[in-house]
Amino acid sequence: MSEFDQLYREVILDHYKNPRGHGVIEGADAEAEGQNPLCGDEVSIYVAFGDDGETIDEVKFSGRGCAISQAATSMLMEMVQGRTATEVATLEKDALLDEIGIPLTPIRLKCAMLGLTTLKVALHKAKGTPLPEGLAGFDELTLS
Amino acid sequence: MGRVAVKTIPKLDAHKLRTDFPIFEQEFHGKPLAFLDSAASSQKPRQMLDVMREFYETSYANVHRGVYELAERATAGLEGAREKVRALLNAPSTREVIFTRNATEAINLVAYAWGLNNLRPGDLVVVTELEHHSNYVPWQYIAGRTGAGFRMIPLDESGELQFDALDEIARDGDVKVTAVNLVSNSLGTINQVERVTAWAREHGAISVIDAAQGAPHKVVDVQALGCDFLAVSGHKMCGPSGAGALWGRAELLEAMEPFLVGGHMIRAVSFDKTTWGELPHKFEAGTAPIAEAVGFGAAIDYLTEIGLDAIEQHEHELAAYALDRLAELPWVTTYGPPADRRAGIVSFNVEGIHPHDVAQILDLEGVAIRAGHHCCQPLMRKLGVAATNRASFYLYTIREEIDQLVAALERVRKVFA
Repeated sequence: MSEFDQLYREVILDHYKNPRGHGVIEGADAEAEGQNPLCGDEVSIYVAFGDDGETIDEVKFSGRGCAISQAATSMLMEMVQGRTATEVATLEKDALLDEIGIPLTPIRLKCAMLGLTTLKVALHKAKGTPLPEGLAGFDELTLS
Repeated sequence: MGRVAVKTIPKLDAHKLRTDFPIFEQEFHGKPLAFLDSAASSQKPRQMLDVMREFYETSYANVHRGVYELAERATAGLEGAREKVRALLNAPSTREVIFTRNATEAINLVAYAWGLNNLRPGDLVVVTELEHHSNYVPWQYIAGRTGAGFRMIPLDESGELQFDALDEIARDGDVKVTAVNLVSNSLGTINQVERVTAWAREHGAISVIDAAQGAPHKVVDVQALGCDFLAVSGHKMCGPSGAGALWGRAELLEAMEPFLVGGHMIRAVSFDKTTWGELPHKFEAGTAPIAEAVGFGAAIDYLTEIGLDAIEQHEHELAAYALDRLAELPWVTTYGPPADRRAGIVSFNVEGIHPHDVAQILDLEGVAIRAGHHCCQPLMRKLGVAATNRASFYLYTIREEIDQLVAALERVRKVFA
């Protein structure tokens, strides 16, 4: 596979062009906004829980940014649907990276992690689940 | 019959000069390198690298206090470089040339050493919407610390400063500092800084010019500009990283408190009191970037031999060529003034495609550009974009590199179609 095909493999472009779970949930049970000021990526994530108040029944995102940030967040929406807040709060970043499946430089890694980190912040605000390391105390997330 | 003076426009041969730069001997991703990021930092010619190597191998010791011959030789190297910076800027005296790490440090020196002691509530510090963070954040910060107001000269749609706004700004307080860049690092605009320095003089304010992006590309004359302080970075003008310079008017520098204190910058140190050294040493605490300054001097020799007029002309031609070629792509938007009023910098966006994706795909085609906010977040907000792509040129840039960029942009477009 060429370097080019590795980086922008078909599934990334597909998620970027046709993002899953794109939109807003009015009156969401949990929500947060994340930004990566270095490149201007932005995502907002909205979560609605099921009757148990714990299982993610619906999850959506809106935002703009590079293909990696938007495709990774789209993939994340599919990954976390039906999982509990606690499960998602402890989700390893490697789980998402495996899904993305392309080699990422440190700068692009920040793009790829924006959605997951923002989701964890949303769950923390709504449920008090643990934050990823280094983000304790942040409400509106800014990754730098 | 009187003779008519004809100004001949000097020419440089970029294909020939390019062979001075070892970096171009490599390929990236199997392609020749189209290096279009010189505004961030320039590449280095063999001539400058040879001078640094020779200096380290034959003339290196710590400077100024040694009594042995080698230390004298090293001191002569450093002071010789100071004279080259002085001549480059047409400064009246080498006493007014202070070596710093870079332009950012030079501006911080003024912001701290002048600003902290001279600004107070009711005063105004005036910058522009076009500033690099290096000439924005230090002033915003010191204004905040001293209670002075912080104002910006606005831009028009073509990325040029709106000088009409100056008098309205002056109604808000007592103008004490103006800080403007000579050339914008993100749009390439060549600013009419004389307008601001003259206005500053009328108001009794000091004027600070950030020439980090200007000095590599055109003749800079501090006396003609009428400024009080001017900052340059060696690494953007074929010199090594780690050496820049501040020029300041002697009477201001003499009246200022020091910035960094410690070794070398003292006259005498006793138990309860220290007195400061003479200019420029008062502002050069600790061991200077000695070999880097010598390299900076060699870079100035290199540029002077080519001629800054020739470099400026070459960049105008490249900017015009790039704007023409990019205009062939209807899905590309360019920002900034027409080619004759800009240095070799072109910022652009590709419709619907984030700059990081553009830059990443260009890299695979051997094209190095910068994508991001270019340390100009206030400007990006003004343009209504999160980021742009920026291609920037220098004396070694050839048209073929711009062609390589345009071909690679076609590929970007195809991937995301």
